[in-house]
Amino acid sequence: MIQGGLVVLASDACLFVLVASALAYWTIARRHEHLRAPWREVWARPAAAGAAVVLGFFIAIALVDSIHFSTRDEAQDDVVSLLDLALESLRTHPETSYSAPFATHAYSRETVRLPDGRVHREYPRLVSGGAHLVAPTERPADIARRAVLGLALGLASGALALLGAACVERRRHGGLAAACRAIVGGRTRRPWRSLLAVGCAIALLLGLGIALAPWYHVLGTDKVGTDVLYQALKSVRTGILIGSLTTFISLPFALALGVAAGYFRGPVDDAVQYLYTTLSSIPGVLLIAAAALLLDVHMSRHADTFDSLAARADLRLLALCGILGITSWTSLCRLLRAETLKLREVEYVAAAQALGVRSPAIIRRHLLPNVMHIVMITTVLDFSGLVLAEAALTYIDIGVDPSMESWGNMINAARLELAREPAVWWSLVAALVFMFVLVLAANVFADAVRDAFDPRLRRVGAESIATLAQETSHR
Amino acid sequence: MSAYLIRRLLYALPILVGVNVITFLLFFVVNTPDDMARMQLGERHVTQEAIDKWKAERGYDRPLFWNGAASGFEQATDTLFIRSTVRLFTFDFGRSDGGRDIGGDLRQRMGPSLAIAVPVLLLQLVAALGWALVIAWLRGSRLDVASALVCVAMMSVSGLFYIIGGQYLVAKLWRLVPISGYDYGLASIKFLVLPVVIGMLIALGPNVRWYRTIFLEEMGREYVRMARAKGLSDARVLFVHVLRNALIPILTGVVVLLPSLFLGALITEAFFAIPGLGSYTIDALQAQDFAIVRTMVFLGSLLYIVGLLLTDLSYVVADPRVRLQ
Amino acid sequence: MLVVASSMIAACDGIWRGPWNNPYPAAEAGANILYTTFQERPKHLDPVSSYSENEAMITSQVYEPLVQYHFLERPYTLVPLTATAVPSAIYYDAHGQTLPVDAPDASVARAVYRISIRPGIRFQPHPAFARTADGRYRYHGEGATHVPVARAPTDFPAADTRELKAADYVYQIKRLAHPRLHSPIASLMGRYIIGLDALAARLQADVSATGFLDLRGYDFEGARVLDDYTFEITLGERYPQFVYWLAMPFFAPVPWEADRFYAEPGMAARNLTLDWYPVGTGPYLLRENNPNRRMVLARNPNFHGEAYPTEGEATDAADGLLADAGKALPFIDEIHFMLEKEDIPEWGKFLQGWYDISPIAADGFDQAIRFGPDGRPELTPEMQAKRMKLAVATQPSIVYLGFNLLDPVVGGDRPRARALRQALSIAVDIEEMISIFSNGRGIPAHGPIPPGIFGHREGTAGINRVVYDWVDGRPVRKPLARAEALMVEAGYPGGRDPATGRPLALYFDAFAFGPDYKPLFNWYRKQFAKLGVQLVVRMTDYNRFQDKMRTGTAQIYGWGWNADYPDPENFLFLLYGPHGKVKHQGENASNYASAAFDRDYLRMRSLPNGPARQALIDRMITRVRRDAPWIWGTHPQAYSLFHAWYANGKANMMARNTLKYRRLDATRRAELRQAWNRPVLTPLIVAGAALAVIVALAWRTQRRRSMRTPT
Repeated sequence: MIQGGLVVLASDACLFVLVASALAYWTIARRHEHLRAPWREVWARPAAAGAAVVLGFFIAIALVDSIHFSTRDEAQDDVVSLLDLALESLRTHPETSYSAPFATHAYSRETVRLPDGRVHREYPRLVSGGAHLVAPTERPADIARRAVLGLALGLASGALALLGAACVERRRHGGLAAACRAIVGGRTRRPWRSLLAVGCAIALLLGLGIALAPWYHVLGTDKVGTDVLYQALKSVRTGILIGSLTTFISLPFALALGVAAGYFRGPVDDAVQYLYTTLSSIPGVLLIAAAALLLDVHMSRHADTFDSLAARADLRLLALCGILGITSWTSLCRLLRAETLKLREVEYVAAAQALGVRSPAIIRRHLLPNVMHIVMITTVLDFSGLVLAEAALTYIDIGVDPSMESWGNMINAARLELAREPAVWWSLVAALVFMFVLVLAANVFADAVRDAFDPRLRRVGAESIATLAQETSHR
Repeated sequence: MSAYLIRRLLYALPILVGVNVITFLLFFVVNTPDDMARMQLGERHVTQEAIDKWKAERGYDRPLFWNGAASGFEQATDTLFIRSTVRLFTFDFGRSDGGRDIGGDLRQRMGPSLAIAVPVLLLQLVAALGWALVIAWLRGSRLDVASALVCVAMMSVSGLFYIIGGQYLVAKLWRLVPISGYDYGLASIKFLVLPVVIGMLIALGPNVRWYRTIFLEEMGREYVRMARAKGLSDARVLFVHVLRNALIPILTGVVVLLPSLFLGALITEAFFAIPGLGSYTIDALQAQDFAIVRTMVFLGSLLYIVGLLLTDLSYVVADPRVRLQ
Repeated sequence: MLVVASSMIAACDGIWRGPWNNPYPAAEAGANILYTTFQERPKHLDPVSSYSENEAMITSQVYEPLVQYHFLERPYTLVPLTATAVPSAIYYDAHGQTLPVDAPDASVARAVYRISIRPGIRFQPHPAFARTADGRYRYHGEGATHVPVARAPTDFPAADTRELKAADYVYQIKRLAHPRLHSPIASLMGRYIIGLDALAARLQADVSATGFLDLRGYDFEGARVLDDYTFEITLGERYPQFVYWLAMPFFAPVPWEADRFYAEPGMAARNLTLDWYPVGTGPYLLRENNPNRRMVLARNPNFHGEAYPTEGEATDAADGLLADAGKALPFIDEIHFMLEKEDIPEWGKFLQGWYDISPIAADGFDQAIRFGPDGRPELTPEMQAKRMKLAVATQPSIVYLGFNLLDPVVGGDRPRARALRQALSIAVDIEEMISIFSNGRGIPAHGPIPPGIFGHREGTAGINRVVYDWVDGRPVRKPLARAEALMVEAGYPGGRDPATGRPLALYFDAFAFGPDYKPLFNWYRKQFAKLGVQLVVRMTDYNRFQDKMRTGTAQIYGWGWNADYPDPENFLFLLYGPHGKVKHQGENASNYASAAFDRDYLRMRSLPNGPARQALIDRMITRVRRDAPWIWGTHPQAYSLFHAWYANGKANMMARNTLKYRRLDATRRAELRQAWNRPVLTPLIVAGAALAVIVALAWRTQRRRSMRTPT
């Protein structure tokens, strides 16, 4: 069914560049003790390690979802991702409208014309949800059977992982069995227990998903019958992209301008301060709203260049990241400037200046390395705030493209669904739970990173993009 | 110090001009005055003639930045930008494109916005301080661990959930407060209870964690050990000395928020039908009412500048090592 | 201190008396007040520029045009309101000779409406009419005593009234030409009313930026006062639909005193304009206009009185709609329009009894309605238990997908393009769309004219033979095979463009945003995909969409039309060639042009309803069905749900001034509200208990700690 070749959307490219630079950072960090030590501290924390596994899982989904192919077969989707192909059965078997999780019948009555011409409202059987059942009464047994199978699969892979970990730890604890006991008892140097526990939980969920999702709509379907689990999984990429790309885009500006302002002071400082004060004094929401409108106009004026829905949504996503970046750029810049101001009063910088070391060298050697921890901490701290901000912005129609799967879009649609009676709760709950897990993991991880890199960094007075989610919903 | 203050105040002027330029560019790249006229004149039977008349009445027929048709000095001054900016700087907001007096609307809508924002700020300050103090007091206990978990969980829930879920449960299912609406004076209390509680909950998680960090840091200081050595009880040290010293950084953080209170909360206001400034702004954006958008951006940035100034001043108060020039 | 405390308690008691979730002051509990909502503030309440539905909700209660639609009778008929009879025209030729009614259009040079109004009608009390002892107007011009703090007309201490005169109608017609007021119908009426454009030009020359422009001084051929109660309107051609315009607020009377009053310096800056505070003769007056919270209509003490109609449709008596026959209108004392921005809270408050009437939100539908054995909607048992009532009416409107006939692919009169359009018309399953997206609240359209409007045909005679077959006594959409055959005819076998070998790509221009549109557009793409056609949806904002329509760059678009008046002309003109959007800036957005259709249209326009007109309409509709410039789409149905205490709830899709007919049982409402809104206190208790447990835990931890020796 794939006729076209690989398609690289702009955001795919950005994501892969991001991953590549993360890897590059990792190789550099391994070689420098002052970078290695705090990371070791992060990994030593069981909670952080567990959170990292969850984050890794989400990032993996995002990456798989970022390898796109073009199809010419169907008139419907012109670009599909590897994840779409993996979830083929979820993607291509839509119902006509709402159905509850694990349902065999539609959620609302539909008008059916009986052979005698009378009109009747009834709950029709679903097209694919539980379609393999002859009678709906078999459902509980069928679900149980498949669930057990899935759990067994998950357990098996969990056990396999334990074995693998034990192999690694074998030498230190003297034997495989002892290593296993040490891991289960949580007595290893690396936090294997929490890594494995989280990994196992993911494996169990995956197992359940693999066993059940092709046969049932595990999380129900939405208004036009799209599987909610599929939507929630597709939204992972959107969330990850917004959370990470935003800071990444704005980083170079913030770093260059912030450090320059703090170091050179005088007119440079004035200019930079003017720039970021002006930008950040425009209420963030208004700036985003205006930019979103701007983009719409641009795209409708150049509609021919964006005839693929995916390309269009993709550009809008990137633009949103850029706009959010402008907002967060200013706050990071402020922080960096303040830190540089402090640093340049420190003896060794003053000494270097007295010795006639030239400014670029001082910045490279003494200032940049000493502000990097702020960059690191801001990046991880902002991540969760941005994921939440996406939902809030989409809710007031200035977020990602409505055609793009995102948790914000799901929640946005769900506000109408909650008013139905009985309420359609699964879209809302699915989006909130997925978002909660990602944000929780990011928060826990960010905590560890912050503690490890600078236990004392306080963000007094430095309002960051993380407050944006609050700002839109509440001050 | 005073030189610094004066310089900062002088800064405000070019910043506000810059903000205005950006607002102008953003707005008019998107919308032409023709669009605005059509928006106001309705959909049916609108002729180009009517649009031209509408624009001329409101001055939108002038060029944006440079009037080539005028002569001499007027080339730069007889433009839409200069004319409307000058009026803004004298706080003469004029009438909206829809014909209403903006100043009057602002006065009327400021009340509801403040009626939510101020209680939210105070309540969450009290609640978060209390919670953080107790947790700092019981540091290391199982309750401390549990509270850390609850805080991270509360931070990780989308604010939308609090609003949607809160309204659904408290107002619809339990019928404890009206679902939405507003009234002036004392009668507003029953409409405000739910949004205020929700607003407090949204801000609680991060603030408790932050305050706790500040308290613990403060407790590691020399004077605390001295006080302990003198035989003061743990509670007394914490609730009197530590609290007093920790209040400075906490209040510094609160000061930044003060000006932004006036702008209101967008989603809360829309969801609870509270006629504050947040929903005013969003309505104006949707109706492409440039006069209102411009005014709100202007006021927003003005308040932001005031907030920055206050923050910088509080830096000096909090940490004498920081030098302001 | 004690006094403050006790007054606080008293105030709180006032707030919390009755149900806790009562959004209104407790004092209003038993009052005869109707509560309803508005989503955005009305832009114009001046009848000269008010055109949209939400504005008409207010203006129609306050202003009284000459005629109104009968509340109960269907099809919609006009009855006199302030006029003594429904106006009809006398036709004259170029030499001033009277012509018979059926004279050919070309011979008609003038159509004169001579209108008499009823004496004794008075305006609402208003400061504009107030005079001092020496007879001068108190608040006009030099020496006027102004109240500097006044922010509403009610803030002025003095108010008075005046009798309605024919001159007030003429004054308003002149206002249509007022250059500062931008009446949306000025250019349209300029085509018909003699001398209106010339008047506009004269006014343009005399007008200043602010201040009062006294229109009484301008003599104008199109509208002339004959005596206090009689006036004449003169049209330059035959325009039988003109009488429907006379039922709209555009032709309501406006007293010159009001214009003069509001033109005083400083008034506009305080929102004191005719756009905010109307001055009318109707059953209600606008007492409070606070678009930030609520608008209040109160009974007009000077209302001339009107009786509830004594006749109606056949079923009306059985539905209890004639119980009030002959009683004096209006029944309700006050109407409170509350600001409600979101649908969900509105629906929730309606269910709790805080709103008396609610349009059913699409998603609340399943809760409220089910379809009975005969396919007719009825209320669910839960709603019936609350004794709610349902009113269903098909709206005089159509929502359609249009093809831009200037487009090289889908447009033109070529048989190939026509086959493509017909194929797509079959493929887009409107029935499914109504079922999914409007929960069955709509009727598939077979042509431009909705049911209830003359020219619409029911049954086998009314079906669109291009898209439907008549099977077993009902229309059935033609099988997809037929559409596929048409695609072959169109030159796109299997939906593929032979030129490229790829699926044919079509472009759909839409202007909507919001949560509901993504599924809708996906659904459209699915429909087109049935024929192998790839549909690209280009979403844009409304301005850009209109730009595209004006320049003709759209290919397929979605739009709708809501009738101004119940005449087929108001729908068929959407396809009249000389109304083409691109060439003539008209309302024919598809730019459909057929010489035969246009000829028939012109004849149909001036015929009275009857077999001759029906035959012409049938011919026109058959032609447009074949040419398929639109995928005919839906005639939406309005379902409104109201509570047991709300009477005379019949929906009238043409009349907006219906609030005067409605009646409330306020005592019953107060009882039911009380019963439905008992607060659930358990969660509060549980929360309190949880808090207590946590405090206790904290206390215990501390105790334990202090037991141990401090480290």
